[in-house]
Amino acid sequence: MSIRERMSGNEAVAYAIKQINPDVMPAFPITPSTEIPQMVSTFIANGDIDTEFIPVESEHSSMSATMGASAAGARALTATSSCGLAYMWELLYVAASDRLPLVLALVNRALTGPININCDHSDSMGARDSGWIQIYAENNQEAYDNFIQSFRISEHPDVMLPFMACQDGFITSHAVENIELIEDDKVKAFVGDYNPENYLLNAEMPMAVGPYATSPFYMETKMNQRLAMKNAKQVILQVAEEFEKISGRKYGFFEEYKLDDADYAIVIIGSAAGTTKDAVDHLREQGIKAGLLKIRVFRPFPGEEIAEALKNVKAVAVLDRAESFSACGGPVGSEVKAALYDAKSNVTTVNYFYGIGGRDYTVESATSVYEDLIKIADGSMEPEQFKYVGLRK
Amino acid sequence: MAKATDITKITEQSPYTDITPGNQVYGGGGARMFNTGEWRTQTPVINWDKCTHCLLCTPVCPDSSIPVKDGKREDFDYDHCKGCGICERVCSFGAITMKEGI
Amino acid sequence: MAFNFKEVMNKPERLAPGHRMCAGCGGTIVARTVLRALKPEDKAVIGNATGCMEVSTFMYPYTAWEDSYMHNAFENAGATLSGIETAYNALKKKGKVTDNYKFITFGGDGGTYDIGFQSLSGAMERNHDLVYVCYDNGAYMNTGIQRSSATPMYADTTTTPVGSQSNGKMQNRKDLASIIASHDVPYVAQSTLLGTMKDLYEKAEKAIYTPGAAFLNVMAPCPRGWRYDTPDIMKICKLAVETCYWPLFEVVEGKWILNYEPKKKLPIEDFLRPQGRFKHLFKPENEALLAQYQEEVDRRWEDLLFKCSR
Repeated sequence: MSIRERMSGNEAVAYAIKQINPDVMPAFPITPSTEIPQMVSTFIANGDIDTEFIPVESEHSSMSATMGASAAGARALTATSSCGLAYMWELLYVAASDRLPLVLALVNRALTGPININCDHSDSMGARDSGWIQIYAENNQEAYDNFIQSFRISEHPDVMLPFMACQDGFITSHAVENIELIEDDKVKAFVGDYNPENYLLNAEMPMAVGPYATSPFYMETKMNQRLAMKNAKQVILQVAEEFEKISGRKYGFFEEYKLDDADYAIVIIGSAAGTTKDAVDHLREQGIKAGLLKIRVFRPFPGEEIAEALKNVKAVAVLDRAESFSACGGPVGSEVKAALYDAKSNVTTVNYFYGIGGRDYTVESATSVYEDLIKIADGSMEPEQFKYVGLRK
Repeated sequence: MAKATDITKITEQSPYTDITPGNQVYGGGGARMFNTGEWRTQTPVINWDKCTHCLLCTPVCPDSSIPVKDGKREDFDYDHCKGCGICERVCSFGAITMKEGI
Repeated sequence: MAFNFKEVMNKPERLAPGHRMCAGCGGTIVARTVLRALKPEDKAVIGNATGCMEVSTFMYPYTAWEDSYMHNAFENAGATLSGIETAYNALKKKGKVTDNYKFITFGGDGGTYDIGFQSLSGAMERNHDLVYVCYDNGAYMNTGIQRSSATPMYADTTTTPVGSQSNGKMQNRKDLASIIASHDVPYVAQSTLLGTMKDLYEKAEKAIYTPGAAFLNVMAPCPRGWRYDTPDIMKICKLAVETCYWPLFEVVEGKWILNYEPKKKLPIEDFLRPQGRFKHLFKPENEALLAQYQEEVDRRWEDLLFKCSR
């Protein structure tokens, strides 16, 4: 029997950590992810788990120590947000290149400039090319479920890549909602024991990690990373399938909400998908065929699958919760549009920005986007690319 | 059981499939297979008649190229000696001389 | 344990030749000596900050290290080794690792005094059971001899070049050993390359086998950056000690111990003269600079004597 509880997203992730009982967790506090290391420290203090916690002096060191622990053969993880992730930047690339399985619980928050503690995706979107797997949660349930699946994907021998488990700061991390937890023994059996073949502390065989690789080797190394990321697609689906067996909850690369027969679709990531679903329901009641595609897996990017899912719609709005300042689109918009182009789709697409720095995104916001799509599709409105939803004018 | 990396199979001509994941290398000391002796412009030569096996030349070698066995030094490891000349300077017995060339 | 030179030399070599460090490199001599202090039956994981040593000793696919080795980045050797050491504790507790492991990381003065300072400070303050060895050659040698906070005053480097308006680096070097000692770690020592390497070997042994965090600051001349006659490295080190430019000391559980006091302290010129980076100081018009140099060396030496007298 699963356990019904009420928890915030941070509590849900901390609970997953407790059930997984990893070997090492270095962490440094930053709003809104601070609660995760706090809760884990409390579990340790009360003898609930025997994880070794390292209270490092910065996020730079939390990532460095997590990498060291992973290379040493431990199951290791950390948590951070925003500038904490930015401070890890250089090492994100190293962790992926060194092929170190480890998990980062990311609680999405806007990057500073100006300082802001609220949710947007500028932190993780900036790290999208670092070679990490990125999976996003819509709510606390998904934050928990994704976390339970994370090590299985990261540690898979065909993958061996670091894993970023993302949830929206405050909106998900601090809001208490109902949640279904899986029993400890089932989680333990699902996640399994971690026994890597090669690790620094293997007495039978020393291991060297992190060489200087000259150009005759560098490009080939990147190719291998790319293949691992490609392999991750299959592994993510396999792990999701197994997860469904213990939880009854189904996961894929993305969720399609009333998309089958939709004329108008929003593509979105994270908690705003819930709000958008409400808007879809209202529009459906009025006979408007609105639908939603909520991206769960952003890295590896399921471009072909997304294009296939959008093939019958009349107009699409891709909503980005991060600026890219390319002056021609945000990260999700660019990738979805590229996927549509490759699929030879000629669906009209706009790329809007919303929720930047925690700006409210309401059912009305979502509805206004669908209204734009209706007008764009019937030709009564010229598509306006790169609009900020909710911007004061 | 972990296997040592066969680094002879990893060359600048190797396809990506032969490059180890994460550039990890299993097994220590593989650098021995790389010859740095050809860097030399001068070569230390030992005169065994003068050598007292005091071993002072051994720890000062940056290239671990003065092997010791059973408390006695052996001949230079010319595959790796870069000819820096530190050993010659520390020898109090004039047992080491630097010769031009390899 | 009494130092038996022959026995020490009989111990297995843990840094293999075939690395690409320059001919006559001091850093490599430091690494060999420190590793020799490991008990042969003990295993080790070696860490390394980015720098000459890292790019030269693990140039894919050739590792010069007989032990497990991890290079992560330039500025995080302390934190990376913290993670490895903590993983060891976790896995040992769970019975997944049974052998004895020791943890030693090497960093140049760039990776230690400067860019890796925070990471080092954190690792020391948390008192992980590891040894951080700084091979201090007093500049960023890997990128081509730029000044660091370890660069001695008036050294000619590529970012403090001597010119008509410049006498080289204007500041004194940072006293890192003292700063780390202030972290209240169980063992800190300063050493360099001398004779049988007894001083460095014994300090390395103490550092490795003292539980908790230990720091070794080891002067490691760089022939390229210092511009002395390459074979003279041992002479240069000896002069550094005899002029009291580089004193040998230990800080054991907070107690300062002077390991060597020259019978007759040599003038600082003796250390500076053989090095091309100080050539300009020997122009007649720079006599005052030399006097000032001597004053600074004296001041630091007296300060050390005071610390060691308590």
